[in-house]
This record gives sequence, C-alpha cells and structure tokens, in this order.
Amino acid sequence: MSEQQMSGAEMVLAALADNGVEIVFGYPGGAVLPIYDAMFQQERIRHVLVRQEGGAVHAAEGYARSTGRVGCVLVTSGPGATNAVTGLLDAQMDSIPLVCITGQVPTHLIGNDAFQEADTTGITRPCTKHNYLVKDVEKLAETLHEAFHVARSGRPGPVLVDLPKDIQFATGTYRTPDEFDFSYRPAYEPDMTQIVRAIEMIAKAERPLFYTGGGVINSGPQASEALTELVRLTGIPCTSTLMGLGAFPASDPQFLGMLGMHGTYEANLATHGCDLLVCVGARFDDRVTGKVSAFSPGSRKIHIDIDASSINKNVRVDLPVVGDAGRALAMMLEVWKEQGHECRARALAPWWKQIDAWRAVDCLAYEQGDSVIKPQYALERLREALKGRDNVYITTEVGQHQMWAAQFLPFDKPNHWMTSGGLGTMGYGLPAAVGVQMAHPGAIVIDVAGEASILMNIQEMSTAVQYRLPVKIFIMNNKWMGMVRQWQELLHGGRFSESYTAALPDFVKLADAFGGTGLRAETVADLDEAIAKMLSTPGPVILDVAVDETEMCFPMIPGGAAHNEIMLRRQDQTKSDPTAREEGMVLV
Amino acid sequence: MTDIGNANRIERHTLAVLVVNEPGVLARVIGLFAGRGYNIESLTVAEVERADVRHSVGLSRITLVTSGTHMIIDQIKTQLERLVPIRRVRDLTEEGPFVGRELALVKIVGESGAENARRGDVLRIAEGFGARIIDSSESSFVFEVTESTEKVDQFLAMMAGLGRLEVARTGIVALSRGPESI
Repeated sequence: MSEQQMSGAEMVLAALADNGVEIVFGYPGGAVLPIYDAMFQQERIRHVLVRQEGGAVHAAEGYARSTGRVGCVLVTSGPGATNAVTGLLDAQMDSIPLVCITGQVPTHLIGNDAFQEADTTGITRPCTKHNYLVKDVEKLAETLHEAFHVARSGRPGPVLVDLPKDIQFATGTYRTPDEFDFSYRPAYEPDMTQIVRAIEMIAKAERPLFYTGGGVINSGPQASEALTELVRLTGIPCTSTLMGLGAFPASDPQFLGMLGMHGTYEANLATHGCDLLVCVGARFDDRVTGKVSAFSPGSRKIHIDIDASSINKNVRVDLPVVGDAGRALAMMLEVWKEQGHECRARALAPWWKQIDAWRAVDCLAYEQGDSVIKPQYALERLREALKGRDNVYITTEVGQHQMWAAQFLPFDKPNHWMTSGGLGTMGYGLPAAVGVQMAHPGAIVIDVAGEASILMNIQEMSTAVQYRLPVKIFIMNNKWMGMVRQWQELLHGGRFSESYTAALPDFVKLADAFGGTGLRAETVADLDEAIAKMLSTPGPVILDVAVDETEMCFPMIPGGAAHNEIMLRRQDQTKSDPTAREEGMVLV
Repeated sequence: MTDIGNANRIERHTLAVLVVNEPGVLARVIGLFAGRGYNIESLTVAEVERADVRHSVGLSRITLVTSGTHMIIDQIKTQLERLVPIRRVRDLTEEGPFVGRELALVKIVGESGAENARRGDVLRIAEGFGARIIDSSESSFVFEVTESTEKVDQFLAMMAGLGRLEVARTGIVALSRGPESI
C-alpha cells in the first residue's frame, strides 16, 4: 500500500510493474512520447520494439497464451491504434487477456480532427472486452489497475486504455492496486447441484464424449490436469477444438483428435453419434458444429462455460453450468470419486468398438511420392525431428497449413499451441512466435506458416533479429493461398480467382536480408536435413519448404453440411456435391 | 412440432438495466444491439442515483423494450450482463407484473383555422385520456399524455382524424409491481 505523486507517464510504468508486467510490446509515436521517456528512465519494464503495431498485439497474444499472464501493448494514437485493431479483435475472439495502452491527442484537441487523432474508444468498443478514455490524471492509476483486473477476470479478453498526451504529462496521485476494490466480479464457482446432475448423466450415458476448448487452457494448467484425470478416470473419449489442443494429451489413446470442419473422421462421427456431449470451455462455434440443425442430433448436452452468454447461443443444451472450467472439472472429479463410480471403459466397449472402426478409416492418410513433398509429410518429418524435445512451442498463420499443423503435430501440454482461431488472422504466427520466444528464451518456437500468410507480417523478422530471438519459420510453400484455392476448387467450379501469388520473394534471400538464415527444401530427399539444420542454426531461420501445389486439406465438412457428410478425399466431392447446397455456399 | 413453434415465436420483453453512469455506456448498449442484430423498440435512459459521498459512481437506469425468440431474449440479457459497466439486468416481462408508462407530447393542428366543432371533439377525447393541455393557439393544441404504450397509441389513433399531428414520445419507463425492487 502506498501513495505517491508522479506524472501520468510514470504512473503507467508503475501500474504495469505493479500488475506483474515484465515485457511491453510496442511502437513509439507522438502521443506516447512521455511514456517512452519515462520508460527510458527505469529498468523494471522491458520494451520490445516491433515493426508494425499489429505485430505488437499478436506478440502480446503469443506471450499471454504461452504464459497464462496478461500481455501488454503500448502504441501511439491514430494509425498506431487502428493498426492494433485486428489484433485486439483476434484476442477478443480467442479470449486472450491483454492490456493495450494507446496514446491520444491532448484532451482539449479531442474531437478536433487533430493530427493522428482517431476515436479509439469508439473504434475499439466492439473489439475489446472493455475500454477506457482517461481524462483525469487522478483516475489514471485506478483505471489501469481495473484494466488488468478486467482483462484477466472471468472470460479473459483485451482491454484498451486510451491516454491523452496532457494526462501523461500531468502530475497526480498514484495508488497501488491493493487500494482498490473493483465492482466487476464475474462468477467462477459452478453450482454444485448442476455438477452432481452432470455426473449423473455421465455415469449413465452409453455413448458419451468430452468436447473441450480453449476455456480449459485459459483456466490454467490445473484445469488441464483435472480434465486429463477426469477423462482417464471415466474412460470416456475426448475431442478438442482448435483452441483447446494440448489441454488433454494428443498422444493419449482416449483422444480422438480435433473436431469440426477439418477435424478427424472419428471425432466428428463420434460427435454426431454420441448420446451425451460434455462441452467444457468451448462455444459450439460454426467451425465446430457445421449445420446446426444436424449437429449431434441424438445427444443430451452439458455445457460448462464461464460466460453465460455462450450457453444456448448456437445450440440448445440440456444442462448449463456457468463457471470456471477448472473449478467445474475439479468438482466433477470430486463427485465422481465420492460417489464411487467405476471407470466406464468396459461398459462403453460397444462405443469404443464403433470409434475404433471409425479410426480404422485412417482419415489423415495421404500418398507421399518420391519427389514432391506433401505438406502432411513435411509436418510428420517436423514432428519426428522434435520428438523427445520438451520445450517446443508452435504458432501458426491461418489456412491449410494451420489445419494440417493441428492434425499432425502432437500437443500434449497446454499453452504450447498458439493459433488464431476465432478471427482467423493471417499474419498472426510470426509476431506471436516473437512474443512466445520473449517469454521462453530457451525454448524451440516454430511458426508453421504458409507463403501467403507469412508476408502479412514478415516485417517482424526484423524484430526477431534485433532481440536475437531464434524463432524458426517453417513455410509450407505451395505458391497458392491454399485454403482459398481449396474452396475455389470445391465450391466455385475450379475458377482460381486471385489465389495464386505470381511474384513471391525468394525467402532464403529475404531471411538473409533481415539478418537471419534462410534454408530451402525442394524434394523429399532434402527435407530431413533441412529440418535438422533449421533446428540447429542459431538465431531466426526461415525454412522454405516447396510442397505439392494442389494438395487439399481433409477431412472436410463442407459449409452447411452435417458431421456425417464429412469428405475424406477429393473424390468424395461428387458423392455430396457442396455446390448444390445454397446454405453452404454463403457460409465462409 | 409445437416445440419448434414455441422456439420461433417472437416475444416482446421489457428490460430494466442499471448501469454505471460513465461516458460511452449507452454506446456500449446500443452497439451491442446493432452489432448482433437485436431489435430495440424503445429505450429510455436517465441518471437515477447521483455520485456523492455515499456512492462512488452514479447509476443510470435504462428501460429497454426489445423483441425476439426466447433464445434471442436470453442472449440479449446475458450479453448485457457481460458488459463491464452494467450492474444489473432484470427482465420485467418475465419476472412478474410491472407497470410501464410513457409520456407523449402531441400537437394537433386544425386543417383550416380553428373549427369549433372539431375543437370540442379534440378536448373531449383529451379529457377522456387524462391529457393535459400545455399549449394552445387559435388553430392548435399541445397535449401531454402519460399512459401505457397501448393507451398512447389509442389516443393518437383517435386524434388522427381531427387534425394534423406532430408527436414526441419518450418510450416507456417501467417498474415491477409490489415491494420488490431491482
């Protein structure tokens, strides 16, 4: 507890330190110069200078996602703030806790169309969990502390504090966070009677399935441990969303792989055929459900979510449980043990037999010839090369490579997989990798990328070089925007409109120009050596892997289709022609 | 079949929302409705508790009339509850009987100067609805009527044939009946 006079700019630094911030990702500009000046005169907070503000937000997301802490961003007014918008919405969609401080023109100029003025709180209102414009230096400390409190409480999300330049110069009283009591208090504790009912339903079900998501990871590592124990104890199969990968170990035989549009055959058919779906910390997003009216039609549904508005939003559920995923899982474990239930594995033998039959379809199979590298093969070789290494973090860009990474890389631990799920932001992976590597200097951090996505934030290569961050960029280069191409082939009559990049840079030279190392693998014969070299070369490395240009990502549930209409290969197209389905055409 | 019928039935609900009176709070509420495609049929807002020595923040009360399926109404309430400056959300329609009133100012202008017969009709109707005359000229009146939305609608319908109307309405404010409060 303390009270001290200082400038607004100094308060910012004090508040960041008092809220546990060690690293800020940012970019200076006119409206934040007082804060940068205060930063220059202290040593508690480190600053990472990105090359574009959008990179700062994704880096903070990577930092937050891999540490479980609040990521912090500092950018200037106007274009600094608008460049940050995509990242803020990305964090909002994926529930990543961030605090973003934006400079603003002095209070007397607000509304004047002043130089580098933007209505930042207006623009960011729908893409933040909450935002503030601070017009009184005496309110600054409280606002900053509340911003951190809101960002990390309940369902986490990005919070923005817009700070006019005159407030940064003004002197006021700084108070530490413990002096404030914030009224925002979301409920964490699930209702015990609901938990008991959930266990009752689980103990009776004949074809139950756990469907888990990013909420388990957001709840902290103990939630993933509780989930793993509960799944093993009950003997029930488990599938995960893209955001939830790693909460339950992918190598466990009870794991069915990811579900949804590019999920595994067994996960999707199990979702379709189960009689009880236990959703923990996921939100029945359209990429998971496909056609809502045909989603898991024969099941009763339990939905555990910290955000009451996620419940019954897309899919009606039978038992809603509002609360923290980790608390709910711990309580379920307690009740399961207390009531002396036995593992259901034997009772569920017919269900497991059915699942094994689906597994036998081997939905991720592909044909690797002796020359052209299949993207799936590239990832399998990467996985092989990483085997036995403990400290591996994967980020991705967005598209086919992202789905293949989710399918082929093994995620056995939470917080080791960073991807843009809800917003699907191309250009996320490299800056996110920068943020992850800042938090975990000794770790192997790999951005699995496509050649199109990587160009969206390639400037952050320069950041990686400046801070000597040994991030590895694994480009699966098929020269096409692969996912766009796939949809054009499947849904738009093979008219490949603008999905080919005709003038790609030489990525090896590009890496070199930035001061990193560039490598290339052209054929199957080059691949293993190139991967080994990528991993053993110090500093940032780009490995440009030439992959099959026309390979498609399967399985695929076409937009507007049900899970049992899943396509396993190109030839399935004729069987269920997605172009015939108008609803599917309009979905993205 | 009946289930599906019920699920798709459009209901109209009156919500009482207590919010911290800070800049931008109304924009948050309206932005939520606009961004998610919900309806606002009427919305009134004013401060009901001033910030003072006892209260660190001022509170405003929003009375909001909206319509949608049961699932949408539930979404609206939980989405509102999610907003940081929102203190309480009550569904008056669901939670029991409530009283709702709105105030309308109604100007009626005679078609061709003052016509005495019509003036008499206008005044008789106004009296029947308890409308107060708050302005008058040779060819016009301004009435103030405070009633339920339905009653105000009736009043306007009856006046419509008697002259040219200009109407300003507040939208309803509402409180639950009985001793319970928000």
